[in-house]
Amino acid sequence: MTGDHQTLALLLFSAFVAVTLAITTWVSRRRQGSAEEFYAGGRLFSPMENGFAIAGDYMSAASFLGISGLIALFGYDGLLYSVGFLVAWLVVLFLVAELVRNCGRFTLADVVAARMAERPVRIAAGTSSVTVSVLYLVAQMVGAGSLVALLLGGTSEAARSWTVIGVGALMVVYVSLGGMRATTWIQIIKAVLLMAGTVALTVLVLLRFHGDINQLLTTAAERSGHGLEFLAPGLRYGGDWTARLDFISLGLALVLGTAGLPHILSRFYTVPTARAARRSVVWAIGLIGGFYLMTIVLGFGAAAVVGTDAVRASNAAGNTAVPLLALDLGGGAGSTGGAVLFAIVAAIAFATILAVVAGITLASSASVAHDLYASFSGRRGSGSADGSGRTRWRGRRRQGRKTGPKRYSEVAVARIAAVGIGAAAIGLGLLARDLNVAFLVGLAFAVAASANLPVLLYSLFWRNFTTRGAVWSVYGGLVPAMVLVVLSPVVSGSPEALFPGVDFQLFPLQNPGLVSIPLGFLAGWLGTVTSPEAPDEARHAETEVRALTGAGAV
Amino acid sequence: MEKQEGRDAAGLRIEDPWYDALASGWGELDGTGAAAYALVPPPEPSPAARGTRDIYLEVHRSAAFQEVRARYRMFVVPATLVFLLWYLAYVVAATVAPGLMARPVAGAVNVAMLAGLGQFLTTFLLTWAYARHARLRRDRAALELRWSVFDQERTRERTQGLSREAARGSGR
Repeated sequence: MTGDHQTLALLLFSAFVAVTLAITTWVSRRRQGSAEEFYAGGRLFSPMENGFAIAGDYMSAASFLGISGLIALFGYDGLLYSVGFLVAWLVVLFLVAELVRNCGRFTLADVVAARMAERPVRIAAGTSSVTVSVLYLVAQMVGAGSLVALLLGGTSEAARSWTVIGVGALMVVYVSLGGMRATTWIQIIKAVLLMAGTVALTVLVLLRFHGDINQLLTTAAERSGHGLEFLAPGLRYGGDWTARLDFISLGLALVLGTAGLPHILSRFYTVPTARAARRSVVWAIGLIGGFYLMTIVLGFGAAAVVGTDAVRASNAAGNTAVPLLALDLGGGAGSTGGAVLFAIVAAIAFATILAVVAGITLASSASVAHDLYASFSGRRGSGSADGSGRTRWRGRRRQGRKTGPKRYSEVAVARIAAVGIGAAAIGLGLLARDLNVAFLVGLAFAVAASANLPVLLYSLFWRNFTTRGAVWSVYGGLVPAMVLVVLSPVVSGSPEALFPGVDFQLFPLQNPGLVSIPLGFLAGWLGTVTSPEAPDEARHAETEVRALTGAGAV
Repeated sequence: MEKQEGRDAAGLRIEDPWYDALASGWGELDGTGAAAYALVPPPEPSPAARGTRDIYLEVHRSAAFQEVRARYRMFVVPATLVFLLWYLAYVVAATVAPGLMARPVAGAVNVAMLAGLGQFLTTFLLTWAYARHARLRRDRAALELRWSVFDQERTRERTQGLSREAARGSGR
């Protein structure tokens, strides 16, 4: 990696930062400071814009570099990730997107709390949303640190730490000043850049093999050193039963977790109607599906062009497969074309991380301010104490106006929360910098699938669901998922563990999804059937009517 | 065209009283919020709350709504079962029967490759089918129901406003 690459990559990346900062300042200059504006960007994005933004939020550097790298190293077993990440969108499209758009306002907790006693449900859903976001955020920060070390050659610890701090500081500026509107535009720009880069590389790979997929696959299998096994499952997840169960667990978490990710759910509120939410998901599925198909070509292309051994020699986790492929496709090391392509890939990867981090920070600051702060500060409590009984939307709006000077407004709290979450993510990212990124992402998905998805589906579809069921289902998924991770080989008892010195490992799988997702559903059911409170038929009727027709939607 | 429609819907809404519509209803359901927090069944709702409750209960029982819901479920339940089972079968087959998955079909392409690409294909197809079904079979009916709820709420608010004013006298 010569100095030319680095200078060019830094220039391109600085251009991206400059453009996005300009957007942020432009947006924040005209901001009104309302919650509607800060959390939902004014709700006036078109389906196509929001579709690109959803794709931008979802396609992280872990997919761009990680999945292609896994395919380059393990062949077919890497492809299983691509499939899981895409199929998950059918859950979102069929069961979640439109209904959530119709029933909620800013967060997951809005949907659940509308039918239930508000405070306990909001605290539970807010807590699990923040947990999922922080896990996902740490994964991205760790990824940013290792990426900079890999791509810019700055392998020193200081360079990595400063990257994590820099990324964190930038995203705090984006989110706290620009809110959802700036974040959405950043996602759109990033999605366009990422798609353009991926299409260009894919076309170059296919040109190299004269459009002959068969030849691409055969060459990849030959150069991988595994022969035809490279094209069949089992290289990574074959072997003993724990490895296989672990894979099934991961597959389950991937497909069910997407629908519970807070930063994905909050994207549906940036469009005016449920119909627009549906069409933005259709756009997103098209973009994401195309992207993952291309990562497969890039992965096998890296194995065929660069060679599996060369990829592994550069980075044991395979994260550098795509940059190396770009270098080779551009004309090889030392050539101008190679340097340019390499720099472009590096800059796109940084932009990707920055945008994803901004999206998650915004979603978690919304959970902190809109769900947790509002519940704990007792504002809703006082809202009902004045006897108006308007504890929810109208009450809050009026309340906010009345007590504005005395208490912090919700948006101010959200801005402060963005700074706090940014600081926490920087700290955790620095602590966890040696942890495997793919594992952290898988864990975030598992927690989202265990804690957020059951409560969301139950409250949308189950007539008898009660407050106790909602609270139990959140904690019944969240707590087992976290406890199982602490007891797993990831934390202790194996050489690669977080604490290799001690051994309190009791649970054999790395991903808790296989156990904790059913537990989340079970706890919700148990809480409901043991609940002394009778289900409220009228509020269930209202939820159903609102969810399916959009009556009274924001 | 996609964009155009989105903008139109957005534009409509600004002048629309939807923003007021949102404030009514949802929040007034549980009577006094304090009681709801304590998990005690709320006392008899105020007349205003009963109004909203009744509107939604009535719409919920109406044949038009039942039809929309039935159409939604008739598509979503089987489709979800199909794609979840197909995905689980794919994942389980990859872990349990790697031999079957490795069987070559044409050239370097084997069963596993085809199954993986098949997952992509079914995802795209189901997405298209769902969007089409929703557009042709649900959207219009749902929008009509939405307007009918809106009209009823407006009427209720207006009558309430009138009675309140009458009670207070018009000395403002």
